[in-house]
Amino acid sequence: MADIVKIVIDGREIEACAGATVLEAALSAGIYIPNLCHHPDLEPYGGCRLCIVEIAGMRGLPTACTTRVTDGMTVKTYGGELDRVRRDTLQLIMANHPSDCLSCAKNQRCELQKVTAYLGVTERTMARTMPEQEVDDSNPFFTLDRNYCILCGRCTRTCAEIVGVGAIELMGRGDQTRVGVFGDKTLMESDCRSCGECMARCPVGALRPKVNVVPAYEVLTTCPYCAVGCSIYLGMRDGRLVSARGNKDGGANRGMLCVKGRFGATEFVQHPDRLTTPLIRGDNGQQPADWDSVLDLVAARFKSYAPDEVAVVPSSRTTNEDVYVAQKLARAALRTNNIDNCARL
Amino acid sequence: MAGLATQFGSGAMTNSIGDIAQSACLLNIGANTADAHPVIAYQMEQAVRRGAKLIVINPRRVGLVRHADLWLRPRAGTNVSLLMGLCRAILDNGWQDDAFIAERCENFDAMKQSLEQHDLDSVAKITGLKVSEITEAARMYALNAPAAISYAMGICEWSHGTDAVMAVGNLAMITGNIGKPGAGVNPLRGQNNVQGACDMGALPGIYVGYQSVADTAAHEKFAKAWGNTSGFTPGLTLTQMFDAAAEGKIKAMYIIGENPMLSDPNSTHIEKALRKLDFLVVQDIFRNETTAMAHVVLPGASFAEKDGTFTNTERRFQRVRKVIEPLSGCRPDWLITAQIAQRMGAAGFDYASPQDIMREINALAPGFAGITYERLETCGGLQWPCPSVEHPGTPVLHTHLFARGRGRFMPLEYRPPFEVPDKDYPFLLDTGRALFQYHTGTQTRRVAGLNKFMSEEKLQINPKDAAKLGIHEGDMLAISSRRGSVRARAALTDVTPVGTVYMTFHFRETPTNLLTSPGRDPVTHTPEFKACAVRVEKVL
Repeated sequence: MADIVKIVIDGREIEACAGATVLEAALSAGIYIPNLCHHPDLEPYGGCRLCIVEIAGMRGLPTACTTRVTDGMTVKTYGGELDRVRRDTLQLIMANHPSDCLSCAKNQRCELQKVTAYLGVTERTMARTMPEQEVDDSNPFFTLDRNYCILCGRCTRTCAEIVGVGAIELMGRGDQTRVGVFGDKTLMESDCRSCGECMARCPVGALRPKVNVVPAYEVLTTCPYCAVGCSIYLGMRDGRLVSARGNKDGGANRGMLCVKGRFGATEFVQHPDRLTTPLIRGDNGQQPADWDSVLDLVAARFKSYAPDEVAVVPSSRTTNEDVYVAQKLARAALRTNNIDNCARL
Repeated sequence: MAGLATQFGSGAMTNSIGDIAQSACLLNIGANTADAHPVIAYQMEQAVRRGAKLIVINPRRVGLVRHADLWLRPRAGTNVSLLMGLCRAILDNGWQDDAFIAERCENFDAMKQSLEQHDLDSVAKITGLKVSEITEAARMYALNAPAAISYAMGICEWSHGTDAVMAVGNLAMITGNIGKPGAGVNPLRGQNNVQGACDMGALPGIYVGYQSVADTAAHEKFAKAWGNTSGFTPGLTLTQMFDAAAEGKIKAMYIIGENPMLSDPNSTHIEKALRKLDFLVVQDIFRNETTAMAHVVLPGASFAEKDGTFTNTERRFQRVRKVIEPLSGCRPDWLITAQIAQRMGAAGFDYASPQDIMREINALAPGFAGITYERLETCGGLQWPCPSVEHPGTPVLHTHLFARGRGRFMPLEYRPPFEVPDKDYPFLLDTGRALFQYHTGTQTRRVAGLNKFMSEEKLQINPKDAAKLGIHEGDMLAISSRRGSVRARAALTDVTPVGTVYMTFHFRETPTNLLTSPGRDPVTHTPEFKACAVRVEKVL
């Protein structure tokens, strides 16, 4: 267990893990401090400057996300200069952010909306400072629309810290700062592996999925591709599989996914090419047949062979229960040990 | 798997994915983790950011190389020599864990004796590496504890695959890197449920839960539980089944969710075998090259249409849940199989649900006895062995004793691959997977976006080799081995070393396995996918 320290935030004494940041300590004690660039999976950054606080004995307005707690620390999160500076900072972000919230992909899930509402800011007071930005539409699964970007750096840090690719970075300076790819190429021309981890952490609508349907409900299951066994939520809406997202509590993936899990696990399921009827080969090739007669045929034919004349190959892609029943069929019904899977391939 | 089972008593990953965060050193060999197990690669890269050492051993400049403290690029097919060389370097420098060797292991002297032939000069000559690189890797692995080895098919898919796996086991035991968090020997399994398929007894010599068919007690237990069972002699392995089918000895096959026509080596041989069958039943969710050969095709249900469990590479049972009903006309695979068995007159196949099946598994496999649906509802997953409903599962194997008692060192010698490049077929062809497709592409090729990234097979060739042959990026090439010929466009990249070319097996238009070798490991019969000799020519 980590050591526990006691700190006081806005007059409330709370316990925090030694080594935690002031922001982490506050949030885990249920005390909200406005923040945008902070993400629990990422290293402290101190970029958006919304989480500024006053700390007794410290000069200036340190950012809570980059300041570690110490025992007996006294923190103030609101009032006076803090409120004024924080509002000005927010105005700078809002100046360059579109206000078409109703039609935005992130409407109601946008963290900028949350901060704006919390601070009670209803009007823009600053004129736009940045020129219209290019939209990178090259990736088939998600869009990078820099016009919505607030330059919090969550995406670029995710690419470097979480997936270790570094395909995107914050480029340029001042009003030329942008999320970009080396050489100002498109995402598709970059090292991007299209995992969408950046999109999953974007607080606003700058990185957004091209298929943007809010699911009616989600079901927790396991990704069907490789053997990592990522725990995923599949979303359903109007009878169609519409979304996939990583489960934070997944023992193997802790919320992370790759391109196939996030974007490739649903489209094939309801694909028109699916086999939907049994087929029996006759004189004119394989023809549709009804289940009853097919099952009778298979059972009768299987019964006609000696145990050493038959072999069963269950799938390493189907469930344990599917495989168990197949090996039981081989051993108990066909009386053969000729059963193997593709593990040795 | 057979290699680790011999040495440790269990062939599965000894540790957990989450353990990566606790490792002081990660040794990744014969794996393309960034492409084949991306979410594990993320966690390795994160560990490196926090200060863990990473050693990558691979002839290919795979994705993890950019994060590596040390990259060894041995000649393909020299794993046994290199791994035994690492053991030799460790012993020569006194970096071994004497207490662990003495207290936990056996047969050390025989293994040590066999290291005579693996002196570092010989190893350097065989692998093409410098002695200093080998020593440095040995030092980094041995002196940064706990150290974990991860490997994949680059170790196994050779005619000496079992030896290479046992060489990995030797290396881990000699340094005491077994039975501790952050250490271990971690084979990264390929398919989502390949661990589960083995666990469930889809192997010729074992029942569910690794109970031997040759064991009298197990035989009696299953005969009693099922009313009937198979004999005491292990059956045929997959590769032997196709041989026996080609010879007319196997007359009927029931293949579920596999596409061996594209995925298995030396496809011409597979096709001959399947054509010879008197009765072939294939159960799948899409038409493919194998369903096309079938007398009967049965439409199964996808992962999203049924309840069940998958077991991932770290032995973790996790729930698969029905998101939608099976598409009209499709049935869950367990139900189809059970209905066939019932119509054959077999008793004990009247399951009401997958949960019913799991209850039977709980009752018959002691290692899975505590893995119930009720528990899986409330916890994220359970790692076997989990012998009772009170048991929390086992993240790390062999903590006090090896599953077989003592860990067994194995003396090993280097053997070259079955087929090596020569004058007529001057390149070594290596095969594997890519990030944006999966296996024979029946699922991923039906995801439009993924095909924007990779829509056709390309032959990866080193620019130096390409220059010699006058090959440019995108040129159409004919790639031929002694068994067949396929076409693919050229991709020039130094990811692949000089003398080696590389292809995936994702595209039916370029059936790479027409080329691959009939070479096999003598113990497991695992095919030598990682090397066959080919010729590359420009198609004018």
